Amino acid sequence: MPLNESWQTAEIPGPKKASLIIKPDIADAMIRRAKRPIMIVGHGIVEYDVEGLKLIDCLIEFATKAHIPVVVTASTNREFLNRGFTPAALMPAVDIGNRLTDPGWKGFDGKDAYDLAIFVGLPYYMEWTILSGLKHFAPNLKTMTLDCVYQPNASWSFPNSTIKDWVVNLKGIVDGLGD
Amino acid sequence: MVNALKRKGVNLSIKELDSDIAHFRNISISIGSVHHDTWQEPTGPTPFPTLSTLRSWDHALLARYKPFYLPFCDLCCLCTYGKCDLTGQKRGACGITMAAQQSRIVLLAACIGAATHTSHARELLTGLIDRFGSDLPINVGDVGVEVEAPVTRLVCGIRPQTLGDLEPVLDYCESQITQLLAVTHTGQEGNNIDFESKVFHAGMIDHVGMEVADIAQISALGFPKAEPESPLADLGLGTVDVKKPVILVIGHNVTPSAGIIDYLRAEGIQSEVEVTGICCTALDVTRYSSRAKVIGPISWQLRYIRSGVPDVIVIDEQCVRTDTLLEAAKVKSPLIATSEKNCLGLPDRTHDNVGDIVKDFIDGGIPGALILDPEKAGEVAVRVARSIAPRRKKQGTDISKEELGRLAKKCTQCMLCRRACPNDLPIAQAIRAAAGGNLSLLDELYDDCVGCGRCESACTQKLPVHSLITAAADQKTHSESYCIRTGRGPIQDTEIRKVGGPIVLGEIPGIVAFVGCANYPKGSREVAEMCREFAKRRYIVCTSGCSAMSAGMHRDEDGRTVYEQFSGAFEAGGVVNVGSCVSNAHIAGAAIKIASIFAKRPLRGNYEEIADYVYNRVGAVGVAWGAMSQKAAAIAAGFWRLGIPVVVGPHGTKYRRMLLGRSDKTEDWYVYDARSGGKVFTGPVPEHLFFAAETKEDAMVMVAKLTMRPNDTSKGRANKLANYIDLHKRFVGGIPPDVHLFVRNPADIPLTMKDEVTLHLKDHDWKEQPIPDPTLLPRLIHKKRV
Repeated sequence: MPLNESWQTAEIPGPKKASLIIKPDIADAMIRRAKRPIMIVGHGIVEYDVEGLKLIDCLIEFATKAHIPVVVTASTNREFLNRGFTPAALMPAVDIGNRLTDPGWKGFDGKDAYDLAIFVGLPYYMEWTILSGLKHFAPNLKTMTLDCVYQPNASWSFPNSTIKDWVVNLKGIVDGLGD
Repeated sequence: MVNALKRKGVNLSIKELDSDIAHFRNISISIGSVHHDTWQEPTGPTPFPTLSTLRSWDHALLARYKPFYLPFCDLCCLCTYGKCDLTGQKRGACGITMAAQQSRIVLLAACIGAATHTSHARELLTGLIDRFGSDLPINVGDVGVEVEAPVTRLVCGIRPQTLGDLEPVLDYCESQITQLLAVTHTGQEGNNIDFESKVFHAGMIDHVGMEVADIAQISALGFPKAEPESPLADLGLGTVDVKKPVILVIGHNVTPSAGIIDYLRAEGIQSEVEVTGICCTALDVTRYSSRAKVIGPISWQLRYIRSGVPDVIVIDEQCVRTDTLLEAAKVKSPLIATSEKNCLGLPDRTHDNVGDIVKDFIDGGIPGALILDPEKAGEVAVRVARSIAPRRKKQGTDISKEELGRLAKKCTQCMLCRRACPNDLPIAQAIRAAAGGNLSLLDELYDDCVGCGRCESACTQKLPVHSLITAAADQKTHSESYCIRTGRGPIQDTEIRKVGGPIVLGEIPGIVAFVGCANYPKGSREVAEMCREFAKRRYIVCTSGCSAMSAGMHRDEDGRTVYEQFSGAFEAGGVVNVGSCVSNAHIAGAAIKIASIFAKRPLRGNYEEIADYVYNRVGAVGVAWGAMSQKAAAIAAGFWRLGIPVVVGPHGTKYRRMLLGRSDKTEDWYVYDARSGGKVFTGPVPEHLFFAAETKEDAMVMVAKLTMRPNDTSKGRANKLANYIDLHKRFVGGIPPDVHLFVRNPADIPLTMKDEVTLHLKDHDWKEQPIPDPTLLPRLIHKKRV
């Protein structure tokens, strides 16, 4: 299938579509460029377990290395706590989406607005609609998804990938962040 | 509006008239309908509100709950200027913004929903008046129901007493819907908040239309009248005696189904034919005869028809699959269409002789007919079913397990089935396993499948994908054997008197209503699980529509459905099935009656004050976990205007906008204290007005939170907080991070959680707050006595 085709076939937004993260360096560059990134993690991440690598462990390593605060949207919180990782905030997905459209919102630490929101693990169609809300109503925010499917409403998205390729890409991003 | 009503009745009043023959004084002439108004209550400020009458109330709510738009498309394509690209803050050719365009689409959806219920009400009412006369008294409760049409009384300021009295109510609804639809024309409203206000108006009108429909059918057709222990009816395919002729009814308008029952009764053959139903027609036909059976929600249409069990299919209106005629033809089940709104290209046989129609079905093999006479449709359905059943032998298009394995091997793993699936189910993976002889993955999909059939349309190998799933799960399908309490209709005034105090004071932690369609993210069972959890926690649980069926399709460890486990009374720990879609008006009606009967607030044409009361004091929350339709959008909008929050499942984000509060903005959460006139901080209660939850667990935690109201007593708040904290600990982990926002004084803290909550308060710079007599309406501030 074409790399930049919506994973759910009919969910085609229109003229403005996400750029592809075709190699991990692109994501690393976006993250390095961001002054105030934030990561929003949905409940889907616990479903992935590939070749001994649990996605949640990869994300914890990623967030820790990149110093990115993590917002957990759902009951996945318990999985993080079990691993000794305390998220920066617990907040439902639509709630954090809504706050990100407010240019006056100074974030969970009260310091400044976020400039990059990285999404992973929400149901495809729910992430699709929330990213659409941000595309249209958060003009100062860039968005990125780390899911293995193409999300056209993000600023940056992986293409539709096999799980294996996706894991290689995620590892590549984490490795690219250095120690 | 008054003029419009006068047009119907033609009232003429002349103070003085000089003529050649005499001098007249104070003449009053009435032509046409005369409304005997015996309602003593003075009319309030807003009878028959028009589009802008309640605008300031709407704007007050929308200032707290600002829309968060989630466009489903970057474009507007409603006129020939378009398509217009609205990305990047661009405006369309007409000048519209993306925000206004989204709210316009929401209004369109709400108009479609309100029009559908109102049109349903009109068709029902007209038919019932033709049959029973316009003087038939409205009777929705032999005992205990004196306020029999609370929504209509509140909105219209009239007290309908007969079927005929309901006609001007529908005149009003129809005029409002026409005007609301006109608002969506190019170059009308341009402001998104004013669009949203009109969405609320459409929702309020929708509830009036629903109420008219249900009180008319309850009164005329002998449905249960506010009976807490209305009979239980069978639910599920496993309850059907497949040796008998089987009729399937699908839709929402009960009259053709009632025609079937009437014919069976008249012929004395009720026990010889199975009448089974899907969607709200099924719920309403069990209210007419509890021998009828409910098969399941909308998502059971394909699987049940393909099973071959129904010998005749009778469809009426709303939520009927538009390919039903094709599916019926495949299993050689004749189809009878009965609604002008849904003719399916069939020949109109309304005025033909019954015998001729039956003969054409049996001997001529015609696939279907349009019969716009419910009694005739009923007779034809029964006669055809009895004749054809022995010949059909329940022949379906279900496939055997051997055939399944052979078909599965044709799959090319292109993944288009999964990409077409609304729930992104791993269908291709399951088919690959089936090709290797392992059917367990396909069997698992059955539980989460919404039965839309998009997987089949997408399949490049033309595999009957949905049938592969049902074939793998055939044991589950045929053993579905549950029960549902038949829809009871309204809540009794006497029940309201008993629970009004505990609800308003917060001792009953809330009313949770599971309503709406079956587009669930993870199957029906989640609705049953949520119902059970809240009933166990002593909330009042209401159900209606497809959700009422889903609630019954699950058994506890003792083998009981929620309808067997809990009482049907409107009380703490009750599970109250009000009925079909149109019965949702009774849930709003119960909240309204708490304000008018328990709190004695004036009801008549007094919308703002009653809504203000409900919003600030009645801890009610709607949950439309599988909301799919435009009707669901309108129902939700009716609850919003009344100040009742609605939680939807993740698919609900496709309604294109949420109404979300900002708990971090303290300035948003002040109310007037009616006692002092001062402004008092209440905390974010209720925090959201329209909220999509990602998982069942998120929804349950949010529901518990959204039942909190500014008026809660400390005892009540402690009870609500205990449930919120407990659910949060169980499903999310730890104490909720925002719990300090809901504690107003130390007495609010649940006793069993005192240490941990107190510690949390210390960490969050908590300060004690007064409990006000809350209102958003300055005019309700008590005037100081001089």
